[in-house]
Amino acid sequence: MSLFKKIIKNPMGLFGLCIIIFWMIVAAFAPILATPADSQNPYSIMRHSFSSLPSSPDEEALFGTTSGGYDIFYGIIWGSRTAFLVGLITVLCSSFIGVLIGGLGAFWGGILDNIAMRIVDLFMSIPFLIAVIVMTTVMGKGLDKIIIALIIFGWRGYARIIRSEVLALKEEEFVLAAKSLGASSSRIFFRHIIPNAIYPIIVLVSINIGRMTLVAAALSFVGVGAEPGFADWGQMLNFARRWISGVPGDPFFYWYTYTYPSIAMVSFVLGWTLFGDALRDIYDPKINI
Amino acid sequence: MQYILKRLITIPVIMLILSMIIFSLAFFLSPSERVAVFVSSPDALQNVSLDELINRYGLDEPFYIQYKNWFKRVIKGDLGWSTSARMPVATALALRIPATVELLLLGQFIIFIGGIFLGTLAAIKHNRTADYFIRITTIFGISIPGFILGLVLLIIFYVKLDIFPPGRLSLTSLDVVSSQEFTTYTGMYLIDSLFNRRLDVFFDSLRHIILPSIAYSLGSLAAAVRLIRSSILENLRKDYVNTARVKGLTEKRVMNKHVLRNALLPFITFMGMEIPTLLGGAVIIETVFNYPGMGTFIVTAARGLDFPAILGSSLAIGVIIIVSNLIIDLLYAVLNPLISLE
Repeated sequence: MSLFKKIIKNPMGLFGLCIIIFWMIVAAFAPILATPADSQNPYSIMRHSFSSLPSSPDEEALFGTTSGGYDIFYGIIWGSRTAFLVGLITVLCSSFIGVLIGGLGAFWGGILDNIAMRIVDLFMSIPFLIAVIVMTTVMGKGLDKIIIALIIFGWRGYARIIRSEVLALKEEEFVLAAKSLGASSSRIFFRHIIPNAIYPIIVLVSINIGRMTLVAAALSFVGVGAEPGFADWGQMLNFARRWISGVPGDPFFYWYTYTYPSIAMVSFVLGWTLFGDALRDIYDPKINI
Repeated sequence: MQYILKRLITIPVIMLILSMIIFSLAFFLSPSERVAVFVSSPDALQNVSLDELINRYGLDEPFYIQYKNWFKRVIKGDLGWSTSARMPVATALALRIPATVELLLLGQFIIFIGGIFLGTLAAIKHNRTADYFIRITTIFGISIPGFILGLVLLIIFYVKLDIFPPGRLSLTSLDVVSSQEFTTYTGMYLIDSLFNRRLDVFFDSLRHIILPSIAYSLGSLAAAVRLIRSSILENLRKDYVNTARVKGLTEKRVMNKHVLRNALLPFITFMGMEIPTLLGGAVIIETVFNYPGMGTFIVTAARGLDFPAILGSSLAIGVIIIVSNLIIDLLYAVLNPLISLE
């Protein structure tokens, strides 16, 4: 049975896949769904006014506006592109680095492996979020800096996982057979070992796309992430934070400021987590005892 | 004994490496920004030109000399002046660290108790309703971002019901705590209030800390439940369980004395590995709940480009992690006889 069919047969995985496809469509058709006022600068959220109070949903702003007149609908639509951008770039780059460092270390063994693993241990004991905040502080503000910081601290998990896979595969008979046939080390590594060791990495990649998006959003949420006005879900929630108490007598007066961005954020992460879980069940049925 | 000694000896080495890495961060900055790291009070900056400062603090010297200068001052407890907190970094940290450690301890307590209880329940009821319910809840628990969960909790329990307020203490309790009669032992109000026999302060502090600690630990709790569940299920298949049953032990005793004890070992490792994650989460949760701990300190410092505070708190976080890893390792050695025999 093909991989696609297996995912579809898993109800949770199918649900996750649907959410991901939904957001892909939203991101792809962003210019049609929410036409930017300034086509040079589509990622800066459209503003209807400079009012300090949020305004409730109407025909002009479908989901209402936050303080500063930022259009919530526009922010969510274009924020989906930011989410994919951050998630995909950081996870692809950091998994590549992790696989290379962990895989080569395990393949060659000895002192190289030892050094690689001590570095991984060191990175593992650093609180990820704090490290990223510290890095972005010294490097300067902006989404690109966040992505770099996320990559610098994100590769460690992949390195550790690929290492244990490669260590086990190294002794397998098909590798020994390739060796005795005279295959070069690089051929054995890239053609025989990596393709067989990559499955757990794919699972982690899927789960981490959601997670990395979340970290970037969290940074924007506390105010050390993307620049103000940049279409980013974390920033939308940061705008909303001041309005959660509503007005006296009606605590949910400004419900639209936090509800829509929260739904967007949670569904995006949930989609990738469910999808990753389904992949794991397929590749490694043992875990799901 | 030998194992403990070995562990203790490595600590100064790790601390030295850690301080070097943290100080090297300052080299991302220009000398004019880096000068802040060396200044112990704002008076030192009055009426001096930049060139003089560069000379005074040796900012054009090679890395190891600057590091040596900085390290000497750090050893004396001088971490520089924090512009965002308007006090020396060391003083600010002394106020903030207990708050975060209190949150961390309570969070770990929730993870430990909740993880064991729910994980065991799911394993005993394997493939029945309770198990399915717990499994699905944990998936959502892992996916819900801490800051959204925090906001939701705040909206329900503060805005709507007005039971659990944000912050760390109410104004009346704050007066009590800062008064002369109240002796500060640990800086953790939950513990200090009991030592001072002030139950009102204890309950007030509990009322403030309960929401952040739940929001903070829920993600890890969900992961813990999954871990305990699969670990128990795996252990239940092992031969020693059959032996215990054949000996005529009750099912309860088999579970508590044999299975759970073995299932706890990976769980202790997990709890140790979660400490960095939890401390990272503290940044978000403390911001949401306006809780004056290390997390909010780092965020304000990062927003205000307050480099001495950033370096100082990185160092403090590093020390917290090293110490808690030591505690976890010792706990592991106590629980696992195989290690202490080595």
